[in-house]
Amino acid sequence: MPAPLIGASVGRKEGQEKTRGAACYVDDMTLPGMLHGVTVRSRVPRGRIRGIRYEGDIPWNEFTIVTARDIPGKNVVTLLTEDQPFLADQFVNHPEEAIVLLAHTDRFLLEEARRHVAFDIDPLPPVFSIEDSLARKAVVWGEDNVMKSFLVEKGKVDDVWARADLVFEGEYETGAQEQLYIEPQGMIAQASPADGVTVWGSLQCPYYVHKALMPLFGLPPDRVRVVQMTTGGGFGGKEEYPSMIGGHAALLSWKAGGRPVKIIYDRAEDMVATTKRHPSRTRHKTALSRDGRLLGMEIDFVVDAGAYVTLSPVVLSRGTIHAAGPYRCDHVRIRSRAVATNAPPHGAFRGFGAPQSIFALERHLDRAARALGLSPEELRRRNLLRQGETTATQQEVLEKINLPSLLDLALEKSEWRRRKEEFAAHNRSGADAVKKGLGLAVFFHGSGFTGSGESYLASVVGAEAGRGGRVTVLAASTEIGQGTNTIFSQIVADALAIPYDWVEVAQPDTSRVPNSGPTVASRTAMIVGKLVETAALGLRDKLRAGGFLGVTYDDRAWAEACDRYLDLHGTLQAQAKYELPPHVKWDDKTYTGAAYGAFGWAVYVAAVSVDTVTYETRVDDFVAVQDIGRVLHPVFAAGQVEGGVAQAIGFALYENVILANGRMVNGKMTNYVMPTSVDLPPIRVFFQEVPYEYGPAGAKGVGELPMDGPAPAILNAIEDALGVSVRKIPALPEVVMEAAGCL
Amino acid sequence: MPDKLLMRFRVNGEPQEVAVRVEKTLLEVLREDLGLTGTKHGCELGECGMCAVAIGGRPILSCLALAVECQDQEITTVEGLAKDGRLDPLQETFAALGAAQCGYCTPAFLVTARALLDRDPHPSRKTIAKALSGALCRCTGYLKIFEAVEEAMLKATAPGAAHASPPPASTPGAPAPSTAPSPAPGGSPA
Ligand code: FES
Ligand code: FES
Repeated sequence: MPAPLIGASVGRKEGQEKTRGAACYVDDMTLPGMLHGVTVRSRVPRGRIRGIRYEGDIPWNEFTIVTARDIPGKNVVTLLTEDQPFLADQFVNHPEEAIVLLAHTDRFLLEEARRHVAFDIDPLPPVFSIEDSLARKAVVWGEDNVMKSFLVEKGKVDDVWARADLVFEGEYETGAQEQLYIEPQGMIAQASPADGVTVWGSLQCPYYVHKALMPLFGLPPDRVRVVQMTTGGGFGGKEEYPSMIGGHAALLSWKAGGRPVKIIYDRAEDMVATTKRHPSRTRHKTALSRDGRLLGMEIDFVVDAGAYVTLSPVVLSRGTIHAAGPYRCDHVRIRSRAVATNAPPHGAFRGFGAPQSIFALERHLDRAARALGLSPEELRRRNLLRQGETTATQQEVLEKINLPSLLDLALEKSEWRRRKEEFAAHNRSGADAVKKGLGLAVFFHGSGFTGSGESYLASVVGAEAGRGGRVTVLAASTEIGQGTNTIFSQIVADALAIPYDWVEVAQPDTSRVPNSGPTVASRTAMIVGKLVETAALGLRDKLRAGGFLGVTYDDRAWAEACDRYLDLHGTLQAQAKYELPPHVKWDDKTYTGAAYGAFGWAVYVAAVSVDTVTYETRVDDFVAVQDIGRVLHPVFAAGQVEGGVAQAIGFALYENVILANGRMVNGKMTNYVMPTSVDLPPIRVFFQEVPYEYGPAGAKGVGELPMDGPAPAILNAIEDALGVSVRKIPALPEVVMEAAGCL
Repeated sequence: MPDKLLMRFRVNGEPQEVAVRVEKTLLEVLREDLGLTGTKHGCELGECGMCAVAIGGRPILSCLALAVECQDQEITTVEGLAKDGRLDPLQETFAALGAAQCGYCTPAFLVTARALLDRDPHPSRKTIAKALSGALCRCTGYLKIFEAVEEAMLKATAPGAAHASPPPASTPGAPAPSTAPSPAPGGSPA
């Protein structure tokens, strides 16, 4: 047996391609005769379109021009709800809504032309905030602006208030956040009635784009092909929006007689027009006993969905399910709503609703502990979920969790007690305008689609053996930096006991790979990885069943068996299809049951300094302790945590989307500030490995977990430093200053 | 002024002669006229640092330079880092140590880090962070990038290692984050 690769930090599969500058991202590809395409947008947040004017000294006859009238099929971006058009026809519902598409060979002239398309739009009353939407200042979606709502009920929360020693309330807010993948979005399309539609692009979910393009052109599945190019980051931002850009590029190509069309967004367009994290507002009412036990929790969680539904119901669902955290509490009510505003639709972003509701909860518990005179760690310790207990949705925790030991490790690694004293003494001394604080957050994140989601998806993965024993993984799961190619290869190499170099992962191309589901929800390693393992073992079983391979074998025997099988049968393939593990039982109507097959569990600690002159906060040290099951690739797993924590530090402190009349007005990397290499603390990552029975080699998801905890840990640390309670992020200096009563 | 000018410069050691539109940036000429798509863009406004190339060994933002300003210059892009088919040690360590996730920022960090190490073969972590702070990375949180630069620095100072040999596909010796003992060992890995 070769040494196992799982658990070893093997080199990135496409690592050298990336370091040689040879990896092909969508804008690196040029096709003969290619046109460039641009989008002309409304700028009016809500209104009725009366006319389109093509003005200026522009040779309009040289341009390919597409409007809603040119759409051969259905003008709707098919996803969950059929409310969003590819191109606005009579009405616009947000200021970045696309109305006209233009294509030309000359990019400079194209930009000139874009500025000379004018719209006559009669404005209608818009709404821009959660409160205005809830109050129905204007009804801009459906009958009441509410796109989706959920209710989770456990026990009888109404009965606990009277017997509580403390009823503690609070309200918390989180802002929009831009994914800010460094590669801007883009697609190339070639489309004609004769050849069907092909798009190549920067994307996370090939089959989402496929599903959206079929009705747009009225074409059957085999006439639409979607190919993922090397993708420069996604974080959820390339989950749904590529369908829009792919559709636009394909419409232009279709109108241009099949000439390929490339649309690459520039940074400003990408930032203002594409989806961002949902802003949220959460209200907590919590009943506690004097000794810090959680008796009841009532939570009201609202997210701003923007103008169209897109993925908001699912984001809301995840935020709702995570809203009560990894705590034991018998009486819980969570009400949640996604409401419409006239901003561009908010969408998927790493964490998917959970960072918002967990921020509120973990801030709230810290404040509640203070009100009870308990330390924040002690309040949590008294309520941590144990194996066999149930979450808010009454999911029995079957995993062998040990949250107290995660908490202990986090306290130990952060030198919690020693530093608490040191910081308190420092702050008391008054010698320094810089105050120091320590804060923590305890949280969980469900891996995979919620509830029955995975069984609806019914993901399929294929494996194919070639000459010399080479194995190719066929899956639509995309490599977006997180390490899919490498991890799938590790899993196959270990499952079949063949060299890592013999395994290859096919480029996601809907004409070649089966639908293994979208690359989202921390599902790729745990759910798809397991299917990869099963499909690979299917190859081995076929070889054994045919007598080509013995029970024990070495590389050579494997290679020979494949060759002999191929001589006889031509191809050797195996597939695996997802089946829900028996313990995952979910009731969509009552919103109860096993929401996820497994959770990642974590305790994060932040140490901060706050300058009481400028009110700037700096994170000085960060400790991230988590259980993500078996760690498949230690370097990549740590990389996910470090990158996620960095993004979450941005969410907590720096990244401020300023929306004015529904438009982002700071769509530049200089005034929307993400952390640079000099802004981040050491991020110290620790894993406690508790293998999960249904994950490949015991693994669970890791991608989103690290996004959830840093913001509350940091804000808790700010309160520890200043004694001032900031309940809103990003905690910009002016926000902290205001909370401190200095504004 | 004519629409196009004939320009001569050296790119990755190769002499180049191109008729360039005067309004084109060096970035555009490299990517579109010379087909060197390894250099990336993330803003074309001088904000993200993705378009870094070296001119005479100093990193510059190619989206802010007009190609017509580069007459007779010596330009190095990511494609020019490997010498005689041998990877720059940075290219090896970035691939092996998780410094390239999505890889989109990698060319810029490699070019900038190479310029740094040529100038200062033993930079401190702080110097590295500062030298690289003009380039953004959204995936890594930068720590693995620092580690990869430090590892390449050590490799370069190891005796007889001017340029590393092509790396093996797997590097099981790569540093791993600490793993605490499992509180509940066992379980049943499938
Ligand atoms: S492309 Fe962003 S700085 Fe040049
Ligand atoms: S690796 Fe993705 S931006 Fe740096």
